[in-house]
Amino acid sequence: MTSQPRRSPLPSDNFAPYDVERVRADFPILGRKVHGHPLVFLDTAASAQKPNAVLDAMDRFCREDYANVHRGVYYLSERATHAYEAARETVRGFVNAREAAEIVFTRNTTEAINLVAASHGANFRPGDEIILSAIEHHSNIVPWQMLRERAGIVLRVAPVDDSGELILDAFADLLGPRTKLVAITHISNAIGTVMPVAEIVRLAHAAGARVLIDGSQAAPHQAIDVQALDCDFYAFTGHKLYGPTGIGVLYGKAELLAAMPPYQSGGEMIRSVSFEKTEYAAPPARFEAGTPNIVGAIGLAAAIDYVATIGFDSIAAHEQALLRHGTALLSEVKGLRLVGTARHKAAILSFVIDGVHPHDVATILDRSGIAVRAGHHCAQPAMERFGVSGTSRASCGLYTRLDELDALAQGLARVREIFG
Amino acid sequence: MSDLSDLYQELILDHSRSPRNLRRPSNPTASAKGDNPLCGDKITVFLTLEGGRVADAAFEGRGCAISMASASLMTDAVKGKTVEEAEALFQKFQAMVTGKSGAGNHDGGEIDRLSALSGVQAYPMRVKCATLCWHTMSSALAHPGATVSTEKLEA
Repeated sequence: MTSQPRRSPLPSDNFAPYDVERVRADFPILGRKVHGHPLVFLDTAASAQKPNAVLDAMDRFCREDYANVHRGVYYLSERATHAYEAARETVRGFVNAREAAEIVFTRNTTEAINLVAASHGANFRPGDEIILSAIEHHSNIVPWQMLRERAGIVLRVAPVDDSGELILDAFADLLGPRTKLVAITHISNAIGTVMPVAEIVRLAHAAGARVLIDGSQAAPHQAIDVQALDCDFYAFTGHKLYGPTGIGVLYGKAELLAAMPPYQSGGEMIRSVSFEKTEYAAPPARFEAGTPNIVGAIGLAAAIDYVATIGFDSIAAHEQALLRHGTALLSEVKGLRLVGTARHKAAILSFVIDGVHPHDVATILDRSGIAVRAGHHCAQPAMERFGVSGTSRASCGLYTRLDELDALAQGLARVREIFG
Repeated sequence: MSDLSDLYQELILDHSRSPRNLRRPSNPTASAKGDNPLCGDKITVFLTLEGGRVADAAFEGRGCAISMASASLMTDAVKGKTVEEAEALFQKFQAMVTGKSGAGNHDGGEIDRLSALSGVQAYPMRVKCATLCWHTMSSALAHPGATVSTEKLEA
């Protein structure tokens, strides 16, 4: 399947504010109470809650159309195969890939990155270089460290400034003839920085390097256009995008995927097998060994369709309003320091409070029904960059209300009350 | 539902703000490291044993209010105890914070001074914050120089 490049991947091109209450009604869990208080869920960056549209799509598929895919010739298998491949086409449209064959289903972003490290990285030679940023998630650090152990590659780390913004000149200085790959986050899960990915891709390509973007945090918040970005790989996960766990996506340019050896092996990824010789299937099947997460793919497609009904322009406008409101509120809290103050930032508020450990903050907030993440957010080097062992992090989604951030501020007042 | 003031009692807050025995002794006879990778808490417990008794106990580290207060209270509590008494106190403490010994069911003695931490039993995610220093102390007694990690501990 093909499409025109640079088409907006979602139907909503015009920003329109939406009714957050109506949206919240789509998420059953948001109606529950925690410790006697209405749930204030501010941990969407870790994993998003699921709308009825996703729950119903998976339930309906299992009840009515379920069978294994790409196997049987019978009716249900044909239905299931069609639904699974339709989900792939939905993802293709979501990131505006040229072809559905450029979309590989994985378990999550972590597996997508590991796939690239193992398979694309199989061609890397000792001395080849990979550039990461200083604020990567562990999932975009450790696979490259393991490749370093296997292949003797060199990892270089592009620094960020005190606000958490990439120092672009320093990044450009790291690029050189040995740079094979730039593996960089689109939006930092720990501190919310939106990376200048278009500029990064341009600079990297000018130096002859490929670019993998970790889009885990970006996919839920903004339209992705892999053709406009011209990135070589783009990885994201379903569960942060209001979809189920256990389903993620690797986008790879067709010519790169075609040149890559299989990742895992078994059924599904082969063309023919004999004990003398096995021929591998073409992408994406080559990278989807074994029975895939069929129900997860159906759920992910439903999540993408759901988000499209609201539209990313509207979602981004709402989340930026949340970010402004939250930043203003937290700036008023005595002894609080925001970690990550990039000019271009997602609605992620990472902070430390003088004399109070993030876990104590999270416990106190939890007793008011407020869920925040506390710790290093799987980004220990990023924490180290900012001189903290961890932070408390409040992260917003399309269903977050402005007054939930007021509740957070009140909860932090309680923290101050207890700790003085 | 338990009130936050059961967890963050004034005694706990006091010990977390001004931990006792937060120092590195010059000549400890046993020490061990403790690590909670979930929250990044790290602690080193130093013991000076003389004739089967804990002559001195101290610690270094950083962590949440619960872990700092617990280490502060623990190092005070085990000083002067025999090795066996210190181990027994650990067992009682662990039973208390995991809710296995029922509030008010303490048999008096040193555990009463530690009962300020009993509120942690209502916060299952935080029990290891309170027990890490004890596991580390116990490890220093049994296997000096070892490192214990909460990953391998049940509570």
